[in-house]
Amino acid sequence: MRAFDYIRAGSCKDALAEAETPGTAFIAGGTNLLDLMKHEVMTPARLVDISRLDLRGITLTDAGLRIGAMVSNSDLAADPLVRRHWPLLSRALLAGASGQLRNKATTGGNLLQRTRCYYFYDTAMQCNKREPGSGCAAIGGFNRIHAILGASDACIATHPSDMAVALRALSAEVELLAAGGGRRQVPLAAFYRLPGDTPHVETVLEPGEMIAAVLLPPAEGGRQIYRKVRDRASYAFALVSVAACLRMETGRIAAAALAFGGLAHMPWRSAELEGALIGEAPSPALFDHAADLLLAEAKGQGDNDFKIPLARRTLAAVLAEATAEEGARA
Amino acid sequence: MHVTLTINDTKHHLELDPRVTLLDAIRHHAGLTGTKKGCDHGQCGACTVMVNGRRINSCLSLAVMHDGDAITTIEGLGTPEALSPLQAAFIETDGFQCGYCTPGQICSATAMLEEIRAGWPSHVSETLDGPALPTEAEIAERMSGNLCRCSAYPNIIAAIRLAAAEREDAA
Repeated sequence: MRAFDYIRAGSCKDALAEAETPGTAFIAGGTNLLDLMKHEVMTPARLVDISRLDLRGITLTDAGLRIGAMVSNSDLAADPLVRRHWPLLSRALLAGASGQLRNKATTGGNLLQRTRCYYFYDTAMQCNKREPGSGCAAIGGFNRIHAILGASDACIATHPSDMAVALRALSAEVELLAAGGGRRQVPLAAFYRLPGDTPHVETVLEPGEMIAAVLLPPAEGGRQIYRKVRDRASYAFALVSVAACLRMETGRIAAAALAFGGLAHMPWRSAELEGALIGEAPSPALFDHAADLLLAEAKGQGDNDFKIPLARRTLAAVLAEATAEEGARA
Repeated sequence: MHVTLTINDTKHHLELDPRVTLLDAIRHHAGLTGTKKGCDHGQCGACTVMVNGRRINSCLSLAVMHDGDAITTIEGLGTPEALSPLQAAFIETDGFQCGYCTPGQICSATAMLEEIRAGWPSHVSETLDGPALPTEAEIAERMSGNLCRCSAYPNIIAAIRLAAAEREDAA
């Protein structure tokens, strides 16, 4: 690990002021950042510790649920309000990482975790995300875990978070703080960026900006499901995951929000797919049509070609479960 | 930097480079070598300790971030003369072969049983409302952050079930 200066922030204001110095990174849970620093994939000159800031609250407001950025993944998954009204979020969190990691990992940090692309981690290999302009060794390399949607010639990495997929389906927003007192709210949809020709720029966070909270709109009724497909039953990243919030009325789909993990550089959502479901009665033909809309632009890289049929089957399974009549659920 | 760690109820005043992980502080600076370094990347769980009662991977945390925290390692759970219930159960069921992952397994399981007691759900829980029970499937899922290269998993799960059952009887 490269040497760095360590500063413990006493307040958000202090943290933001410290972050104005170039080369500064925030550290909270550290479960991804320290791993990357050990590999020297990330080499911040200064670490500002924000783990003790007063951003640990989970509060119900008129606008929905406000989740402080320092709430641990464990606490969020076990929160009684989240379990009751946003079970999708609990399920997605519990599907990720291990008990030890969830105890340390934070809500803000989970959103900002980096891809697990092997070439990003291996400093001997080309990677435009780690070293802009160096090339992408994953294209034409081992790319079983890589993207089939929204990738570019510069980068085919996927975003690894389960939590972010659930938050995307739940139409979450992110509250950001900047030095000087600036505060803005960004829908998660607009928070992440596709790789394009700047895969090293993963979010719309400006230098020195900090995530203060995640905001969930009030829960809509209906079913919430998180289905994760991976290489082993536990403690593995998603190959494909589907987060679904779906409400039926008199045998037809009245509301549908679906987000996908493991497919792209960010949690993926398709307005076209959701639009095609609304007002329709569930059927295998409808689910197939939904998958056609999701996967129209899908492109395999060789090793990950299997993700295209896997996404189709996983979507169909989730839609079947979400639309099944009460009592008929598997 | 000056860091005070309370490890197993004893205060350690340490002078550390910010790069020193909690794991290395415990092993090399406090001299408590019961906690093991396996992968050093948060994948194997051999370094699991409890910080303020919660299990974490000590290899993926900086010691300076734990100034003032209370840490429990395997040495703090029991002694050869007075084993903790989980330590005794691991011996009873032969829950190990080489033993390298065992301190991490036992620290992890100690905190994991508290998580179950607190009603935390897991990925394999039928419902999110509980109650959480220490079944084989639940233990396997909740202990997935602790690898055993010897693959002593059946007896590790048996040890944890035994300790959990003994606690139920005592309760």
